[in-house]
Order: sequence, then structure tokens, then C-alpha cells
Amino acid sequence: MSDSPKNEVDDVTGVETTGHEWDGIRELDNPMPKWWLYTFYACIIWSFAYWIVMPAWPYLSTEGWTYTKGVIGYDQREVVARELGAVAEGRADEMQQIATLALEDTAADATLMEVSLAAGKAAFGDNCAPCHGSGAQGSWGFPNLNDDVWLWGGTLGDIHYTLTHGIRWEADDNTRQNVMMAYGRDGVLTRREIADVAEFVLALSGRADDAEAATRGAEIFGEQCVTCHGADGQGNRELGAPNLTDAVWLYGGERASIIESVSNGRSGVMPAWGGRLDAGTINALTLYVHSLGGGE
Amino acid sequence: MADSASSLERLAAEAAGNVSAAANPHGLDGERYTAVNAEKNRSLYISRVKIYPKLVGGTFRRLKWVIMALTLTIYYVTPWLRWDRGAGLPDQAVLLDFPSRRFYFFFLEIWPQEFYYITGLLILASLTLFLVTSLAGRVWCGYTCPQTVWTDLFIHVERFFEGDRSARIRLDRSPWSAGKLARKAAKHLVWILIALATGGAWVFYFADAPTLAVELARFDAPPIAYISIAIFASTTYLLGGLAREQVCIYMCPWPRIQGAMFDEESLLVSYKEDRGEQRGPHKKGTSWEGRGDCIDCGQCVAVCPMGIDIRDGMQLECIQCALCIDACDAIMDRVERPRGLIAYDTLRNQERRQAGEPQRLNLLRPRTLVYMAALAIVGLIMLVALINRSTLELNVLHDRNPLFVTLADGSIRNGYELKIVNKEHAERVFRIDVEGLEGAVLSRPALAGEEGSTVVVGVDTLRMARFFVILPAGRLDGLRDGEGMLTFVATDLATGQKVERESSFRGPVK
Repeated sequence: MSDSPKNEVDDVTGVETTGHEWDGIRELDNPMPKWWLYTFYACIIWSFAYWIVMPAWPYLSTEGWTYTKGVIGYDQREVVARELGAVAEGRADEMQQIATLALEDTAADATLMEVSLAAGKAAFGDNCAPCHGSGAQGSWGFPNLNDDVWLWGGTLGDIHYTLTHGIRWEADDNTRQNVMMAYGRDGVLTRREIADVAEFVLALSGRADDAEAATRGAEIFGEQCVTCHGADGQGNRELGAPNLTDAVWLYGGERASIIESVSNGRSGVMPAWGGRLDAGTINALTLYVHSLGGGE
Repeated sequence: MADSASSLERLAAEAAGNVSAAANPHGLDGERYTAVNAEKNRSLYISRVKIYPKLVGGTFRRLKWVIMALTLTIYYVTPWLRWDRGAGLPDQAVLLDFPSRRFYFFFLEIWPQEFYYITGLLILASLTLFLVTSLAGRVWCGYTCPQTVWTDLFIHVERFFEGDRSARIRLDRSPWSAGKLARKAAKHLVWILIALATGGAWVFYFADAPTLAVELARFDAPPIAYISIAIFASTTYLLGGLAREQVCIYMCPWPRIQGAMFDEESLLVSYKEDRGEQRGPHKKGTSWEGRGDCIDCGQCVAVCPMGIDIRDGMQLECIQCALCIDACDAIMDRVERPRGLIAYDTLRNQERRQAGEPQRLNLLRPRTLVYMAALAIVGLIMLVALINRSTLELNVLHDRNPLFVTLADGSIRNGYELKIVNKEHAERVFRIDVEGLEGAVLSRPALAGEEGSTVVVGVDTLRMARFFVILPAGRLDGLRDGEGMLTFVATDLATGQKVERESSFRGPVK
């Protein structure tokens, strides 16, 4: 309703205007249809009903902030749980097969493989990504799982064993176990000897500066290192000993890093997932890691 | 209270154009008279005045019957039309397939990324609407708008059970009786059945119609089907049966917009004031000299589904359904005057007649020419887009995490996700090659299921395939600042058709 009864009356319609003007346009002050008003009331009633039926008002209780739960007990967390449950149920058949079939047989089945890679990727993000990275790219001390370099082997069986039993995971009796000694800290080798060995290791990938030192280092290598790393430095997967001739270095391949590794030893740990994840998930993870590019 | 109630009634009557009911605008207020629109006499709200449109026969009524039959048939029958697209694809001519994200329209098939076709269709539709409105007014509102068509249908149902205008008015004024209850109940029942059929037909556009029909009957259709039917049935009943003209007057934005589409040369349903006035009752056998042809019989008002008087001139409420033309023509025939007192007429012609100039139609004027040109341009663009629609697309997503992988021998490997879109209704086999980067070798992950660089893409689908490109250690010089470009080529082994996509290759920055 207008503020004043003296508002201008429109000639054509005989209806009073609201008294406002926007760029020469005036608005007729026609009454609103009643049903519109009733719709508005209905909306208000609806909102009251909504407060009662659905979660609505926050309030402070003796246990802190909470809210009115509503009579039907709707809860979005439950909705999510139900939806995730439905996904798991939808995959149940496939996961059952993935858990029981041989890994090679699962890989041969396109549908099972698709489910495995999806489930594996999800499980990797939940459990493995904190150390290996979300793209399995690894970092200093945590292997890159995309490359073709494997400390303990890259076949489906090898990966599955590592996942199940872990590496240097004491709680698991069958864990992969081997230790690289701290040759410097434990006083096995002198600093000079360690520098010579490092020179030899660099020579393995053709990067030595001092041929004489490398020759001296070769002798020490022959005494101390060959047991695990092999005479030609190509490593031994049975013992988790890395190949020292390739281009991939877990703890860095420069002189200083090599000296550091020889001096203080290296023994990275990976937990055993056998008791924590179910068989289907471990198999899916195996196939996923295998598919990243380095699978053998 | 009594005062405000009576002023309310008066305003309501005025709004409905029922001038006689609003007679005596000056109400007694104590000792003095007050203006009808004085603040104290006005209400913020207006009651609806029920409209009882009378049945009329004639050219436009027949036209409306035909259009109603046509539009309702299109709406109800379309989902049942079949269109063979080959094995594995739906055979429904018009189908909005949300689960598999396809929109089928006869020969057209639209993927989500091609939704701009729908945009184009909507632009064409609105331009057509503008053009038609500038030529002949609210043709859409008067003849083809679903609100008009269903309201018209619902009014006919009402007429079938409750009789024509005067019978309905009498029935509504009469006290409740078994007969009245039976008539009203039967009307609402038929309305609800029509509404259910309307909502029911709607859901068939979103699923295979015969399958869904069986599921609906067995009560094991998806809940969303029943919910959709309930929503569309209730809105049909509410808007077509109960709200009727209120939708056009208060809810629809188009009556406001159309004011910008008309001009003085637009053909609009109008009362020819120059011929009709002075109006007044006419006695058979008396002269027509010195008076207008309008005998003030009120038939144009009686048949109007919006309850207005066309003789008041152009109004927001008028949907231009042309039923008043039929009503007036019938009267003119009876009083033996020429037809067309109410007719499609232009404002300019009205002026020309009054000035004694010859009438003429000016359909090709700047406004309509601009709309026509815009229509032609948009239509042409859409046609070209349709003709050039590719049935094969290749997209390459370069792995970002990790960007590259160093292998044991020092070579660098990059991972790529290839997405091959096959919009043809046949399976196709492609060979993937990589070009443009010296020494690059293509490979696939172990256990990928397919040998070598062959990728099979199913019928009308998108296939993702993972590929690796390895650049040997000795070839890393080919990268500049750790980056090189390469091109993936997918070749259809059967037809030789090729599609390319450029991507980058990353290595360590030296």
C-alpha cells in the first residue's frame, strides 16, 4: 500500500500507482491475488512442519552443542554410509571373485580387472598414499612404484607377498627381512674406506672421478658388499638389495648420499597389510600397483 | 469490516472486467462519501472472480480443436514411436536417457558435450516465438501453450458435466445437493484422470516406454517414476483445472515480455472501435445509421476464458485465443452485418481507416526482418554443426602425477590416458601411433588385455585406454627445457579414418 492517498492515478487503468518512478516507468498498485497470500502462509506452515520432521535447530546441551534431530531421524552421515554400503554390495560378487581367484585369472577377466583397478586405486589412496604418494611416485626413502625397478621383485606374486607381509615389519614372522649395516657408525669401515667404496659405486654407473680410489673401493666392495649387492653390483631381489648400476636411487645417487647410505645403513620399513586389509583388497592393490607401469 | 469487504468485492469485480458488478463506486462512510480508491477503501488482496467461459462455434474454435488434438497427440504418442538404431541401442525415437547420458531425437543423438544443440534449439524456438509474436501477437499463448491447451480441455470436461456458462453459474449458486455433488465429483475425477495420464506420459520420455508401462502397472517401477507422475499430475490438475487464467495473469512472465515484441503493425485480436462505436442494443428492422455495429450483447465477454472485455483494448490478460472473434461473427451474422467487428487487426490500420486511407498489411518491416535474419543465421549454424558432427574423437590426458618416471636404464617414461569416442553404431578397431618425437616408443601396461597398440571401441561409447611413451636415455636431447611435443594418431583399421591429438612429453630439466 502506498504511503499517501494522493498518489497519481493511471489514466488508462484508473489504478493508483505506487508513487515510485524508475527511468520513467511507474508501477500500478494493483492488489495481490489472495491465493498468493495463502501460498505464503502455506510456506510458513511448511517451515514449521519441516522443523519438526527434519534436523533443524542447534542448541546448547550439557554435553555441548547439538541440534534437534527431527522425528524421522534423517541423518546425512547415514545416507552416505548407506550409499557406500550399496556400492560395496554392488561390488560384492566381483570382490568375492577377486579375493578367491588367482591374480593372473583376475587380470584376464576385463570386468574383474576394471573393478580391481578401481578398488585398488581407492585402497591405495586410503592406505599407501601417505608414504608412496597419491600417484605412487614415491619420495626420498619411499620407492616409486611406477618405474621398473623393484627391491623385492615386481611380479604379481612378489607384490602380493610384500603387501601381505610388509618389509622389516617385526610383527609379521614372514616379513621381508634384511638389513644394510651402518659401516661407518658401527666402525666397520673408516671414513677413507667409505669414500673409496662410494667412488666404486659411482664407477658402476660410469661416474667415477678418481680411478685409483675406485680400484681401492672395488676391493672393499668385494669384501663387504658383494654378499647382498653381487659382484657386479646388480643387487639381489631375494635379499632386497638394490641394483647399484641403474639410474634409479631410493636415497639419492650422488657421492654425498652414497657415503651417507654406507656410513649409516638403510633399512626402510613397510607395514604388513595382511591382517589389516581383506584378501580382496590386497589382491586389488596388487593388480593396481602392477598396472602402474613396472609390473613384471 | 463490512465496508472493506464490499470494496474488496468491487475491486475483484473490476479486475475481472465485470463493470456492472462494480457499479456505484461511492460507498457511504458515516456522513460523507469517499473515493473508491481512497486508502481506507482499498485492500491489499483481491479475491478471484470465477470465470464461466461459454462454448462458441466458428473458425477459430475449430482451429483450436485441431491444434488441441494435434498437440495432445504429439505429447501422448511421441514416447511410443520406435526408431531402429541397431543392436545394443535404445529403439525409442525420442528418449532422454540420463543413466547412459544420451539424448535421442529420431536421427539425432546428443552426447552430454553436445548439449549446445539444445541451446541452439532453444534459441531457434525463442526467435520463432519473437517473430510470430511480432507478426500476429500471442499465437503461442492463444493456441499452443500447454497451459492454454490443458485449460481448454479441462473447461470442456467441466462443460460436459456441469453444462454451459449459465447452467454452471446456476449450479454454483444453488445449494449443495446430491446432484451437484455428483456433477462436481465426476468433473474432478475426470480431471484427475487426465492429470495422471499427463504425468504418466511425461515419464515415458525418460525410459523405454513399453518396459516402463509394464513396470508401472506391476508397481515395480523405480520410485522416481511414481514421484514424477505424482508431481506432474498434481501440477496439471492444479494449473489446468483450478488455477487456469491465474497462471497467465500472475505466474507467467511472457505477457510482460511480449509487450516488447508487438508494434503498431502487429496483427492482434482487436475490437474495431471505429466500426463498433457508438455501441448499444439494436432492435431488428431499425436503421444502423448514426450508430456502431456493436450491439453490446456481451458475447465476447461471455466466451472469454480470461474473463475480460476485448472492447477495453489491448490488455495483459488477453491471451489472443480469438474465441471472441467467433462469438462476434456469429452475432454479426444474426444481425446481418458484415463479420469482423472483432478480428485480427493492426493499430496502424485502425488509424488508416479513421483517416480514410486504404488498409494494408506491413509484415516485412525492420523488426520482423531482423528476427527472420537471426533465425536464418542460427538455423544455418546449427545445420553446419549437424552436418560436420564428428563420430570419432580422441582426447589425450597426460599423467600429471607423476609427470614422468625414470626407468632403470635411464630412459624416461610418460603415461597417457587416451579417450576414444566412437559415436557410430558399430564397433570399431583402432591402431594407436605416436608421431613427432624422435625415438619415442609406445607401449601399454602389462595385463592390459589387448595386445600391442590396438584398441577396440564398442558401439556408441567412449573407451579409455592407458598408454606409455618411453624416450630412451640417448634421445633425451630431443626435449627442450624438459618438454617435447608429440601427436597421438588413432587409425580406424577398417576405414583408414584418422584422428589426431597433440600432447606433451615431459622429462627432467637438465
